[in-house]
Amino acid sequence: MKKVRLSTSPDRAALAALSLGDVVYLDGTVYTAREGVYRRVVEDGEALPLDLPAESGTNFHCSPAATVEPDGSYRVGAVTATASFRFSKWIGPWLERSGATLILGKGGMNPEDYRNHFVRNGAVYLTTVGYGTGALLGRGIRRVKDVHWREELGLAQAVWVVEVENFGPFLVESDLAGDSLFERENAKIAAGLDRVYEGTRPAVMKRFGETDDRRDEMI
Amino acid sequence: MIAIDSIHRTALTLMSKAAIEIPDDYLDGLRRAADAEDGDLSAFVLQAMLENYDAAKEDGRAMCGDTGCPRWYVKLANEAQVEGGPVALEQALRRATADATHNIPLRPNRVHPLWRTDHDNNVGIAAPEIEVAFEPDGDWIDLTTVHKGGLFGTDYRMLFPSDGIEGIKRFYLDSLVAFGKRGLACQPAIIGIGLGGSKDACMVLGKRAACLRTVGDRNPDPKIAALEREFIDLGNSIGMGAMGFVGKSMVVDCHIEVGYCHTGGMQMSVHAFCLSSRRACARLYGDGRVEYRTDPMWFTPYQRRETVEWPPAAVVAAVA
Repeated sequence: MKKVRLSTSPDRAALAALSLGDVVYLDGTVYTAREGVYRRVVEDGEALPLDLPAESGTNFHCSPAATVEPDGSYRVGAVTATASFRFSKWIGPWLERSGATLILGKGGMNPEDYRNHFVRNGAVYLTTVGYGTGALLGRGIRRVKDVHWREELGLAQAVWVVEVENFGPFLVESDLAGDSLFERENAKIAAGLDRVYEGTRPAVMKRFGETDDRRDEMI
Repeated sequence: MIAIDSIHRTALTLMSKAAIEIPDDYLDGLRRAADAEDGDLSAFVLQAMLENYDAAKEDGRAMCGDTGCPRWYVKLANEAQVEGGPVALEQALRRATADATHNIPLRPNRVHPLWRTDHDNNVGIAAPEIEVAFEPDGDWIDLTTVHKGGLFGTDYRMLFPSDGIEGIKRFYLDSLVAFGKRGLACQPAIIGIGLGGSKDACMVLGKRAACLRTVGDRNPDPKIAALEREFIDLGNSIGMGAMGFVGKSMVVDCHIEVGYCHTGGMQMSVHAFCLSSRRACARLYGDGRVEYRTDPMWFTPYQRRETVEWPPAAVVAAVA
């Protein structure tokens, strides 16, 4: 597997050189933003609390395990991404507003999000590994540069701006063409599932989702 | 009399141990999975996790940045006496949860479901959960904290007797395939299955099966133990490994717990613990001694008793 050191404000050539499944370590500045921030910026039209993408082109879907010391300084322990596919409804307008070209998260996003939004904005998705390499990622953090909207959104949803060095590992989940590593792996696994299910039986009573006909008998 | 200070102090230590130290039984299980894994990507992920456990311990840092939803399992031996009584005990555990969230630090995950109010300390309405059980003979209390993830990897279904083992297998596979895609179950994990009870009891049994039994432990009912073994192999035959990549490491162990249910039903729940399997336990004795361990020893003959009376532990051990 190929290992790559990448800037958190990568140029297009650096992104184009990435292949699905490459192992990536980052240098520069990343910031956290998730549903609380997206709602404020995309839905409420609030101004961004930092200069993007000038300060960073890398949005991390993360709430750090961090604390505020009595002197106002910040202490970050482990960091792990949160599942990204829940942010689908905001990601298009967010990529346009923030100019982010790297999204770091957990588990990737819908293939439609890559095709409709990531490709258009020249963005690539990197997934954390594990999940739960929180301690390794924590070692890549040099310092907390700033925390925005801490009062408004709480520690977990606030915008943490973090300087990082050799921050990883991450895996390339989507590329500039909008192809997805998870989608590729899912398709390979799906091919063998009929054999695994041999000797099992569907439940005698169906649930919604297994039928969309409301007239069926269900539990 | 068990001093309330000792309970608070021990609970703080347990919060750290759970967040930072991988339990040996799970670590050994994961090493075996890593040795057997031949999928490139899955093998890379497992190797990264093994390095991560070392980094966490060396740095005194939580293994995973999503430090889950801390909860407590308390077992009171019949003669145990707690200074201040059960209310003081609950308060000490809530205080330790809040203090440890700041000190370690843990991620303040707990918010109000509607207003998203965050106390930044993992304490709130009905949080942390504190479950209590009893045990005959003794003056000790057992404290166990489990930091299980709070989003994915759990499902419930009302099955019926006519669904049979084939139906149970189907729902087991459905759950693993659904949770496993993109690795949302944080597999390979200890899988817990609850069978029977009522809907709530079934969920509780399955969650305890995942979180309160160690890798290698088998249900004392030989037929259920055989099913557990079969389910480990079945889960690992899906073709899916860590992060939902092609591989064969999905299940580190499978534990099944049963409860008597309505004659017409066969409730089933499935729960995936995670790659950090965060649990830590301690026994506090009346004379002040505190002994730490990673095996909750929750499912005793008394907890699994089938009728009004129960077999003494010594007799069960002799038969086994």
